[in-house]
Amino acid sequence: MTGISVAFGGVLALSDVSLTVEPGQVHGLIGPNGAGKTTLFNVACGLVRPTEGRISWRGEELRRLRPAQLTSLGIARTLQGVGLFAGMTVLENVMVGAHRHARAGFLSALLALPTSDKDEQRLRERAMTALTELGAARYAGRYPGSLPYPVQKRVALARALVSEPDLLMLDEPASGLSEDEMHELGELIRSLAGRVSVLLVEHHMDLVMRVCDRITVLDSGKQIAAGTPAEVQADPAVTEAYLGDAVDAEADAAELTNADGGRTHD
Amino acid sequence: MDYFVNVTITGLTQGMIYAAFALALVLIWRSTRIVNFAQGSMAAATTFIALSLIQAGASYWVALVVALASGFVLGAIVERVIIRPVEGGPELNAVIVTLGLFVAIQAAIAIIFGSSFQSFPTPFGVRGFEIGETTIPLTPTSLYVIGAVLVTMALLVALFRFTRVGLAMRASAFSQEVARLLGVKVGGMLTLGWGLAAVVGSLSGLLIAGGTFVYPAYMDSLIVFGFVAAIIGGLDSPVGAIVGGLILGLALSYVSGYAPRGSALVTISALVILIGVLLVRPGGLFSSTTARRA
Repeated sequence: MTGISVAFGGVLALSDVSLTVEPGQVHGLIGPNGAGKTTLFNVACGLVRPTEGRISWRGEELRRLRPAQLTSLGIARTLQGVGLFAGMTVLENVMVGAHRHARAGFLSALLALPTSDKDEQRLRERAMTALTELGAARYAGRYPGSLPYPVQKRVALARALVSEPDLLMLDEPASGLSEDEMHELGELIRSLAGRVSVLLVEHHMDLVMRVCDRITVLDSGKQIAAGTPAEVQADPAVTEAYLGDAVDAEADAAELTNADGGRTHD
Repeated sequence: MDYFVNVTITGLTQGMIYAAFALALVLIWRSTRIVNFAQGSMAAATTFIALSLIQAGASYWVALVVALASGFVLGAIVERVIIRPVEGGPELNAVIVTLGLFVAIQAAIAIIFGSSFQSFPTPFGVRGFEIGETTIPLTPTSLYVIGAVLVTMALLVALFRFTRVGLAMRASAFSQEVARLLGVKVGGMLTLGWGLAAVVGSLSGLLIAGGTFVYPAYMDSLIVFGFVAAIIGGLDSPVGAIVGGLILGLALSYVSGYAPRGSALVTISALVILIGVLLVRPGGLFSSTTARRA
């Protein structure tokens, strides 16, 4: 994504932000509340149309990106929270994610012709494999509402992974997880790297620093730093955005107003 | 005793038809959160298509298949062309649109097919089966009605439970936004859902017409009963629609069979039952949500 700007009714939520996820890398997107992380994320999914800037994927520009095209492009995302379908079993939830791999046409699926039966079987197996991989296979027949939150998160991740995306977008995957669970999540994400590219929006700094190859830092809709975890950590602009300048009370106050301006529009 | 069995069978048969109509309403409510007031006149339209085929010499079965198929097409077109612009908007808009459609289709039927009473055939007899000397009150027609609705319901269950398309339709019903992100073509699913609902609605219209007279507004009482059945069941639940339809069919049959001047009390009894159920369980018998807005 290059030169992305988003304005909501005259308020600039994002201003000239560029971000590139290299193949097979884990790219972190961090910043204080209201920095525009989620907005940028939504731009990448086609949920928010940028006022300016271009989005390209595998060297081709995506002009009118629409959410339903994402999976066929090889992009999957998870949502803040989990967003599982409440009235469907865990297995069925994941099967919906595997949708794009179905081969039988719409009509034969509707009429339940033999080709689509085989299809059905394949989807089921694929979904089971994804669940097994994430250690949630034994919950396959349960409904999401009856499962503990961390398990639901695993299921949501399985549902995103089952489409075998080339780019996996994770929106605050660690929220609501305990220290141990976060550690497991970190290892899981690392194990994915190389196989898929990951764009990770996250609050938990230690998780981001541990798993990311590169990091982009946003503050008040502007890109203030980008680089490896070590580079970003050493960047004074980043420290300031997160901690404020402890010595200069005035700068601190200005910082707050800035952050507030962005917060209401995130 | 014979009389009681007779009334019960009549009630079950009618109840099955109410159930089918209620199911059509529930299918649409679940997928688009719209109550389709035009369901009745859409079904009437397809019944008249069947009738004109039969009058032209086609067999009942050919007419049935063509009517159900045109029901699907009509439902899909209505969703795509008329409902799509008001989907996701204020609920009142959709209500007004479907009410308007209800009136418009009924008027169109009168213009095209005439507004006189015309008899609609039934493929089976209405005399009870005979076992030896005695005639039992179960008629081939009531068996056909019950069987047709049961088969349709079984097919729907199979579609939603065991096929990929059914899965995608359910996903779209739970959350359009999430389904879209997973690559489900939600718009197509909604069109399909309306088409299927219209098929089920058409079936109820054809079944209730069998052996009686049809005219442009002949579905009006079925609309009331089907709607009551759907609300009793919770509007959200297909099982609820079926149970609601059967409860209502039986109750109304007993009222009309036993109460003095019972047949005059049928419609009002339906509304009494509705109020009674809503007083005890405001969300309906099978509602999964505690509060419902419509």
